[in-house]
Amino acid sequence: MVAVLDVQAGEKAPGRLSQEAVWGLIFLVPYIVLFLTLVIYPVGYGLILGTNPKSYVRLWTDPVFVRTIVNTAIFLGVAVNIKLFLALLLSGFFVHEQRWIRWLSVIFILPWAIPSIPTILSFRWMLNAEWGMINSLIFRFTLEDGPNWLLDRWSGLGMICLVHIWKYLPFWTLIMLAGRLAIPKDLYESADVDGASGLQKFRYVTFPSMRNLYITCTLLSTIMSLGDFNSIYLLTGGGPADATQTLATLGIRYAFGMSEVEVGVSTVVVALPVMLPLLVVMLRRMKKGDQP
Amino acid sequence: MSLRKILAESRLVLIGVIIFVWTLIPIYHLFVMSITPRVETFAGAIWPSRPTLENYETVVKQGHYYLEHFWQQLWNSAFVAVMVSLITLTIAATATFAISRLRVRGGRLVSNMALATYLIPPAFLAIPMYKVMGVYGLLNTQWSLILTMVTFASPYAIWVLKQYADKLPYELDEAARIDGASPLQIFRLIYLPLMAPSLVAIGTYALLLAWNEYLYAFLLLSADKDITLAVALGHFLTTDDAPFNVLMATGAVYALPPAAVYYAFRRYMVSGLTAGAVKS
Repeated sequence: MVAVLDVQAGEKAPGRLSQEAVWGLIFLVPYIVLFLTLVIYPVGYGLILGTNPKSYVRLWTDPVFVRTIVNTAIFLGVAVNIKLFLALLLSGFFVHEQRWIRWLSVIFILPWAIPSIPTILSFRWMLNAEWGMINSLIFRFTLEDGPNWLLDRWSGLGMICLVHIWKYLPFWTLIMLAGRLAIPKDLYESADVDGASGLQKFRYVTFPSMRNLYITCTLLSTIMSLGDFNSIYLLTGGGPADATQTLATLGIRYAFGMSEVEVGVSTVVVALPVMLPLLVVMLRRMKKGDQP
Repeated sequence: MSLRKILAESRLVLIGVIIFVWTLIPIYHLFVMSITPRVETFAGAIWPSRPTLENYETVVKQGHYYLEHFWQQLWNSAFVAVMVSLITLTIAATATFAISRLRVRGGRLVSNMALATYLIPPAFLAIPMYKVMGVYGLLNTQWSLILTMVTFASPYAIWVLKQYADKLPYELDEAARIDGASPLQIFRLIYLPLMAPSLVAIGTYALLLAWNEYLYAFLLLSADKDITLAVALGHFLTTDDAPFNVLMATGAVYALPPAAVYYAFRRYMVSGLTAGAVKS
């Protein structure tokens, strides 16, 4: 594809090319200016702020930081994988053409389309141990007090994963659905002819066709979820006692809550050894483009 | 209908019910709390004994300390979202025209840079972005938020638009050139009309992204008259005795416009946005 484009570009008359080249540059200037002033400059600024070795000593001696690394790994491992696996399964549900399923898909997209702050605050209140709706129901049916959903590290992290999945499942389901719709129908027809069961069709037709997309989605979602600030900050605020912080919220806490700007930036820099390889792999995959 | 078909259909219905309940629980809770009278706030009831619109009345009349500037803040959210949408569209449409149609030298490099930027989680850039906005003297102005959101919206916009732009038949541009059209005319008369559906999708995407943003709005703006509604909602979190029912009513009002916009442009959004991601 690229080779073809280059040949066509070379075929144009030289006079035209120069006029077009000038216009091309003019059209490109707005983005280049934006990129230099608001991507390159802040990224560079951040990297320089992150060069102070004292910040890293401070981080490694802070028990909150070590706990945060563990939290982040758990959050990514659990939330991303469950979310994408559910998205893969649900895409098989939404691929059905019944009218009511179409309608349901319209409702299903809501969590993704509306802002996080009202819905996550709604979760926060619903899960309140003393007067939340969930524990009121538990009390009514069992006469026992429900768990302290958000006031314990593990259930707090669990609820963070739940809220994250609730918010982003619709988006990834849409992506998987688009991938599933791209699978040629005759593959399923010939599987039917061979008498394949539903499970066999998933195993031998759907899954192999979707594997590349699934891996790309996992990588992309890992990077994006690493930056999920809202699901943590708005639900638990990183509490109780900083037990549920992740790298995204901890950096902000250092920089704006404790006025330790360099330490805050270093919190993010620590993630780079994991992030950069992911970025490189992702870039390669997204540019290749001709995969299913 | 055979027994097997009924069984398959009822299995679908069961899954459908689970999806329905799962999706709507927090939204239902939001709604119920917003119509619960203040005296019943802590009852934790599934449905209030006396549903009321008093919380919405408080919001509309700006009748609470936290909501003194409600209408101004609603306007701020709208202003920021519309500006982000328009600027993102302008930048992305011109950039993709240069890269994909004029095939400007270095265009591939720029589109790769944009793609790399798309993969930076915005929360990771918050601290340096705040510092840089201070250097530019834009801190505490809405332009800092607008420009930041444009920065995060335009890479994806370029990525999606470029894929559509690459698919337009190149013969159209050639024919226009033979008729003596300038690149500007090709942009205006051929490129923009043909790209209209994906431009709508991208404009909507940027609009929702900006309207829904919390973190950067909360970091970059501070005066009560400048902040967006998202930040105002966050302010409710700072005290323990916050009026949660009023908060939920405000939240419902805040969530309605993006939902409406999404449904109005859903046709464009689904095909436009998934195409960008599925290609990978």
